[in-house]
Amino acid sequence: MTTHASGRVAYIGARLLDPASGLDESGALLTDGEQIADIGPGLFADGVPSDIQVVDCQGAYLAPGLVDMRVQLREPGEEHKETLHSAGEAAVAGGVTSMVCLPNTHPVIDDVATVEFVARRARKNGLAKVYPYAAATKQLAGQELAEIGMLAEAGALAFTDGTKAIKNAQVMRRALAYAATFGLMIIQHPEEPSLAENGAMNEGELSTRLGLSGIPAAAEAIMLERDIRLVELTGGRYHAAHLSTAAGVEVIRRAKDRGLPVTCDTAPPYFALNELAVSEYRTFAKLSPPLRSEADRQAIVAAIKDGVIDVIASDHAPQDQDSKRLPFAQAETGGVGLETLLAVTLELYHNRHLSLLKAIALLSWAPARLLGLPAGQLKVGAAADLLIFDADRAWRVDPDRFHSKSKNSPFDGRPLQGMVLRTVVDGRTVFTADA
Amino acid sequence: MTQFRFPQRHLLGIEGLGPQEITALLDLSDGYVEKNRSADRKSNSLRGKTVINLFFENSTRTRTSFELAGKRLGADVINMQVSASSVAKGETLIDTAMTLNAMHIDVLVVRHPDSGAVKLLSEKVNCAVINAGDGAHAHPTQALLDALTIRRRKGHLDGLTVAICGDVLHSRVARSNIHLLNTMGARVRLVAPRTLLPSQVDRLGVEVFHDMVKGLEDVDIVMMLRVQNERMRGNFIPSIREYFHFFGLDYKKLKAAKPDALIMHPGPMNRGVELDSDLADDVERSVIREQVEMGVAVRMACLDVLTRDSAGGHA
Repeated sequence: MTTHASGRVAYIGARLLDPASGLDESGALLTDGEQIADIGPGLFADGVPSDIQVVDCQGAYLAPGLVDMRVQLREPGEEHKETLHSAGEAAVAGGVTSMVCLPNTHPVIDDVATVEFVARRARKNGLAKVYPYAAATKQLAGQELAEIGMLAEAGALAFTDGTKAIKNAQVMRRALAYAATFGLMIIQHPEEPSLAENGAMNEGELSTRLGLSGIPAAAEAIMLERDIRLVELTGGRYHAAHLSTAAGVEVIRRAKDRGLPVTCDTAPPYFALNELAVSEYRTFAKLSPPLRSEADRQAIVAAIKDGVIDVIASDHAPQDQDSKRLPFAQAETGGVGLETLLAVTLELYHNRHLSLLKAIALLSWAPARLLGLPAGQLKVGAAADLLIFDADRAWRVDPDRFHSKSKNSPFDGRPLQGMVLRTVVDGRTVFTADA
Repeated sequence: MTQFRFPQRHLLGIEGLGPQEITALLDLSDGYVEKNRSADRKSNSLRGKTVINLFFENSTRTRTSFELAGKRLGADVINMQVSASSVAKGETLIDTAMTLNAMHIDVLVVRHPDSGAVKLLSEKVNCAVINAGDGAHAHPTQALLDALTIRRRKGHLDGLTVAICGDVLHSRVARSNIHLLNTMGARVRLVAPRTLLPSQVDRLGVEVFHDMVKGLEDVDIVMMLRVQNERMRGNFIPSIREYFHFFGLDYKKLKAAKPDALIMHPGPMNRGVELDSDLADDVERSVIREQVEMGVAVRMACLDVLTRDSAGGHA
């Protein structure tokens, strides 16, 4: 499968999609070694020289490889759920060529050596590129700041306590202020922990019927409101992960209207599913934050359309069978998402909420720009990280066919439209779909 | 009547049962009440069948009631008390199910502290499963025995007004009763402080009251719920004293109800917390002991229908 990137490859007969430049035309792209060497509608109009290897895209879309800004990797520490290698395979099967991992591994990514370990291990497997976030606080304990400056020097892109909210207001204030010293960003899991404690799902009629304790939607907005005040106080750069509620969207909208340095993302479950997915105590749909009401889901779709939500990330959270085949309240949260990220997002295109270019932008150029990564665009001289896909081809989610070691997809059995045909990293083809 | 075929393999909740099924179960239970009161109270219809009471939560009453029900029908009944600690040692619910499957049992009666756990178990075993209470979700045999008690006293369920009072938030008894009473055409009121009511509970087809006297006005039935001691202090309510003052049932508050209103309680009672002690023992008003008797009959009926073969008999 893996071909060496020594020579030149011409991708012809492609529909070129580049959100950064707005390019949306038929044409061709040439890679030379690890880089993009040429691109354009008229390229190879008179044929491809014989010394160049040819990949005929047969009219499929050619876009920048996806950039997934929220992935849980499980290595080191929980390799039975996912390894850097299996996550890398899942990523490229999903068209993702760069992914950013949370620091909630064992050990926690809160020191320079662990940052370097992840970077080194990921480089070796030659699949999707892996960039780490590092812990905002030591051991993710929410008390003492991690060595934010040195961790950034070692390669940490931003700072977060992962799936835990930074709950102490003074600690959050100092994390924002200290990170801002170096121009670095804090990423929050926006959920007030005291309201989420013991909660297993969204609070409402359904939680009452199922007899499960709920997490009110207000838990998200309350934490965001507090954090926005702290952003005002400190001037720190703040990003809220996986927005799930209408009220949360409104808080971010108001903060942006006031010009504050605030951004946010959401994940496919929050615009493609609602709380009904947990009926019958379906633990694969137990996520954190929980799936919300239909009105919340619609508000998330609207916020993606109008730009309040900046990025779509997979929020990939592998869990093994033993963590999920439990009574609902005891089961772990999270769902795998790398291999469904593109096709579930394309539902927004097929349902006419987004143009194809905008959908791809949310998955590539937008997160790359937000994190300052050299990725997410088709540009001469850029790394040849490419995604070739058919936007219409139908398939049904079958977790047994996932490359991820874990099979806990909330989209199990869902019919989807849009298939990854080929993924290229640094000029090398690292994935092709079965014909 | 003996030809009644229960439409489901398991009894996991009241939701999904229609008025006909509920009526059939209550009619069958009526027969068992009479049989239990006669000298010839033992039958052999479940001879050779094995019933396991699998309890992941302490319960003397419900377990004993199921045990007696099984034995009266001639079944072999085995009690398995699984402490939470042995689950913590690593044996999962699924492991337990696999172990039980290997024993070729006929009926599994399960109580578990987690909502949905009994359903999860039922998906993994080959036998019939009766939910004897899961978390705050469902306790269908309690709702059936409450309905039987009411029907025998009042003659019918439809048109009655029933007030369910107390800790609805944590109560599987309340949820199953709401479903059953609504299905049978009764009107259900809930009376509780806001901290003990679950979110959007009004969507379950009930009328909510926070003033107990108003909530009890002209009701036919007052159903009291147990308030767990650990919930009394601190978070949900400030003190036992304050709770009894506003939401405990005494003769004074009871005056708002119909003169012949009945008092029910699923047990075990906290005398002087949710219910005045004298009132609990008042044979004119309280049917609490009768509920216990009905419990055995209802559980016999449930075991009976879940072990019938396709011809409506017992193999």
